[in-house]
Order: sequence, then C-alpha cells, then structure tokens
Amino acid sequence: MSGTAQAPTAGEAWTPSERELERRAVRRRDRTRRGLLATAVSVVAFGLVAWVLLTSPGWPRVQALFFSRYHAWESFPDVARGFLLNVASFMVAEPVILLLGVLVAVTRWTVSPWLTPLRVIAIGYTDLFRGVPTLLVVFLLGLGVPALQLAGVTTNVFWLGTTALVLSYGAYVAEVVRAGIDSVHPSQLASAEALALTRAQTMRHVILPQALRRQGPPLLNDFVSLQKDTALLAVLGVFEALFRAQDYGNYNFNFTPLVVAAVFFLALTIPLARLTDHLGRRTMRRERGR
Amino acid sequence: MRNTRLRGLAVLAAPLLLLTACGSPPATDDGSGGSGGSTEGASAEDCAADLDLTTQGKLTVATDSPAYDPWFSEDDPTNGKGFESAVAYAVADRLGYDKSQVEWVTVPFNNSYAPGPKKFDFDINQISITPERERVVDFSAGYYTASQAVVALERSKIEPGSIEDLTSLKLGAQTGTTSLTALRDVVDPETQPVVLQNTNIAKQQLLNGQLDAIVTDLPTAFYITAAEIEGSTIVGQFEQPEGDAEEFGLLLEKGSDLTPCADDALAELEEDGTLADLQEQWLSTTVDVPVLE
Repeated sequence: MSGTAQAPTAGEAWTPSERELERRAVRRRDRTRRGLLATAVSVVAFGLVAWVLLTSPGWPRVQALFFSRYHAWESFPDVARGFLLNVASFMVAEPVILLLGVLVAVTRWTVSPWLTPLRVIAIGYTDLFRGVPTLLVVFLLGLGVPALQLAGVTTNVFWLGTTALVLSYGAYVAEVVRAGIDSVHPSQLASAEALALTRAQTMRHVILPQALRRQGPPLLNDFVSLQKDTALLAVLGVFEALFRAQDYGNYNFNFTPLVVAAVFFLALTIPLARLTDHLGRRTMRRERGR
Repeated sequence: MRNTRLRGLAVLAAPLLLLTACGSPPATDDGSGGSGGSTEGASAEDCAADLDLTTQGKLTVATDSPAYDPWFSEDDPTNGKGFESAVAYAVADRLGYDKSQVEWVTVPFNNSYAPGPKKFDFDINQISITPERERVVDFSAGYYTASQAVVALERSKIEPGSIEDLTSLKLGAQTGTTSLTALRDVVDPETQPVVLQNTNIAKQQLLNGQLDAIVTDLPTAFYITAAEIEGSTIVGQFEQPEGDAEEFGLLLEKGSDLTPCADDALAELEEDGTLADLQEQWLSTTVDVPVLE
C-alpha cells in the first residue's frame, strides 16, 4: 500500500532519492486515477439503474405500492411492535442454540463405547433436523405438540415456535462446531496427549477454544439467518413484524409495510455482517502471522 | 471499493427480493359498498363484445389456492361447484363466454393487487370491497353480503348471550379478512386477537385448545361446523350494522374496461334471481344462529 521506505543506514539521515520520489509520484497518480475511475464507473452504473427505475412507465405505481410515505408512517408503530417479538425470539433462541450445537458436536467427538447411544442420537439429530425444512419443524411443534394434549406442556405458539427454531438451528450449528473441531491441527491433539491431558481436558482446554474462535464468522452467519427465520413463526399466529406488515397490506392493498419490516431486519443484519467480515479478516491475519 | 459497491446494490435489492418472497393467505371476508355502474339498455354481452382481454377469446378468472368450501368444491374452481365457482361461470355466461371458454388461474390473494398487468380478467376470492382497496384496484358490484360468526367447540360450553361475553376469550381470525376487523373493532377482546394466515391453521388451533373460538364469515362457519370440525358449533353471529353492509366483489385491474360489463352481468343475475338461487344452492341460510348484540 504505502511507499517503500528503506531503513535508514546508521549514522546519516536518510532522504529519498530523486528516483524514489518519482516512483512515489507515479504511484500516487496511479492511485488517484484508479480511484476516480472507480467512482465514475460506480456513479454511471448506479445512475443508470436509478434512471431505468425512475423513468420506467410503471414507476409511479410501484412507488405508491412499495414506497408510500403515508403507509410507511401508518404501519411503522405496528411493525415495530411486531419486531420486538422477532428480537425476543432470536435472543432467547441463540444462546440455547450455541449450547446445543457445542454439546452435539462434542458428543460426536467422543470415543468411549459407553457413550455410543448418545453418539447415535447426536448423529440422528443433526441428520434429521438439517434435512427437514425449518417451516415444517415450526408447524410440527406449534400445531403437533398441543394436539398431543399433554398436561404441563405449553401450548403457547411463541415458545413452541422458538423451540422449533432452536432444534432446527442447533443441528446447523452443531455441524459448524464439528467442522471447527476437525480443523484444529492433529499436532495439537498429539501435544495434549504428550502432556497427559485426558480427552475431556484436551477438548475443554486445547481444542474447543481454538475451534470456536475460528468458527466465529460461520456462527454469526447462522445467527443472521436465524434472525430472518423468526418470521416463520407467523404461520402459528405469532404476530411478528413481517406478518404485521402483510396484515396491514392485506387491508390496504399496499406493500410498503414490508419494506418497513425489511429496513428493521437490515438495521440488525448489516452491522452484524460488517462485524462478521471484520472478525474473519482478523482471524485470517492472526493465522498468517501478520 | 468494488466490493462495497456491490454490497450497496445488494442492500438496495434486498427489500425488493424480500417482497417477492412473501406468500399470503386467501381472504375470507366480506366487503363494503361497491355500487353497480350499470349502463342502461345495453346487455353485459354487448358490453364485453370486443374487449381486449388477457387471452383473446377466453375469459381468464383467478382465485387463490386452496379454494375453500363452500365457495369452491374439492379445491377445484373449474367444476362449477361451490358458490363462487358457480357465480364466476354465471357471470362468464352473461358476458358471452361458455364453460369451455373460461380459463382459471391461481393467484394468491396478496398478488391480486400487485402492480403491473394482471394475469386475469377478474379475480373471485371472497374479497371485500373497501374504499382503501378501491384506490388500487377496480371492484365490480357486490355479489354477496356475509355476516360474521363465532365458532367454538361444543365441549367448551361457550354460550355468549352478547358480544360482551366474548371479550374474555382467546379469539382468532384470518389476516386480511373483515372477520378480523370485526374481531378487533366490534368485539375488542381483552387478550390480543390471534391473527392467523389461513383458516386451516385457525381450525387446528381451535381443536388443540390454543384458541377458545374463531371468527369467520357465516357460510365458512356453517361449513366448518357441518363438515370439517367434529363437535364444533356456531355460538353466535354479529348482526350487520344498518347501512354498513359489507360485500364481496370481483377484483379487476384498476381502470379495466371489463368492470362496467361485470357490473351489468351481476345486475342481470340479480334481477332474474340467479344470484339468490345460487346462494340458496351453495350457502346455508342463517336460520337458527343466535344474533349477538
């Protein structure tokens, strides 16, 4: 990135040579030219997209149906109230999901013959719940469990739906964690053995810390995905942001509230995405030793 | 640089993509006051003689899937059975299209008012006529006026004597329907009304005891109690407020040339008693349901 400054030789103050100054000027010009070009290309490209949109014959109707200031304002409090349910759902679900994911992944890593039934359950669980569409899990729990008429089991759709998300995402996260565990270099395991650590100690002190640190970005990725999937709870009658937006739209024949709901979700997911990128880059820098 | 730009585009596109990915239920509701703007003297058939339709020589009619009883039968709008299927064919007949010239297409309720050209000439899907909606689409004159009914399980022993008695219950209704509007405005229960995406889920939750009762339009309620949920009963109906009758109308593209013709067709069907006969045939009459004040 920056100009290559040579280390000053001992004893005398270093000044860049004519040639070095020229090099720097060339580089600077080059950078400026590329920056300008990038800006120009972007402006033209986005200008073109905007122009095509705004001059298309249907634009006024699209604007009225999707970007109506009046309907955005009218539906905003409703959508915001619904969004609290989305937030409540994923805030409750995420810690449980992480715990479940780690438990399942660690169970699969065990070798003791005594734990075979648990391993079988863990494998069965990940295979089943990764394969079944989340929406079906939500339906099965939200409508199936109350139909069992079990005493003492909640029939509250919010809790049932959130449990369904936990089960579904727990399976994904278990696989992410397992990949993390597998990616820890075998020499680490060998070193732990050489130090006479038990397998449990090895997992707890050597492998999991490295695995989880490495899995930050994909775990955050699943978290973002979970946030959006809280909208699935609507099928049970949980009146969350997206469903409220649709409900408003169904009465007023307008789609603007959906855009309002989208903005709510973006306000959460974009900062998280930036954080994920940042963490990913940091990990990469660490692993490459600079 | 390029990356951030692309991401910028993605951010712009995200809400749009989100919008295209949303499903929604059919509306089971009753609408309000479209008055038929019938052109005197000319018949509906003359009116529709040389119109530019979705498919030339065909009348394209839309409804949602699933198509619920008693409005349709066996989830098949093409069989002429069920009230709305019968009405659609009767209207087509008046417009000069016989049964073989009627094409059915599936259009989810929330796509029926999407911008852009319509895939259908008219949509028949228990859609209420309301002033807000009329800003976006055309409605024909109303072809049915429904009142609201409360369905509960017999074993729940709910016997409301008045609307007041309903307020302590956990009640649900379908999104986009006047049943839900009535539930919110007329009943105004103590616990938030449960909003559901379609009547099937409402029925299941009623059976599970997750809801005390559901509010639907009366014909749907009759069908649920007669054929769908063993041991369910209609515990009452709301009276239609005087002069506030809500009606279902055919939904057409805003400014469609077909709208006046559909109005003429419905006016003819009203006059010669066809509409009343079809109601008689497909929709139960409101004899022994207690009216809640």
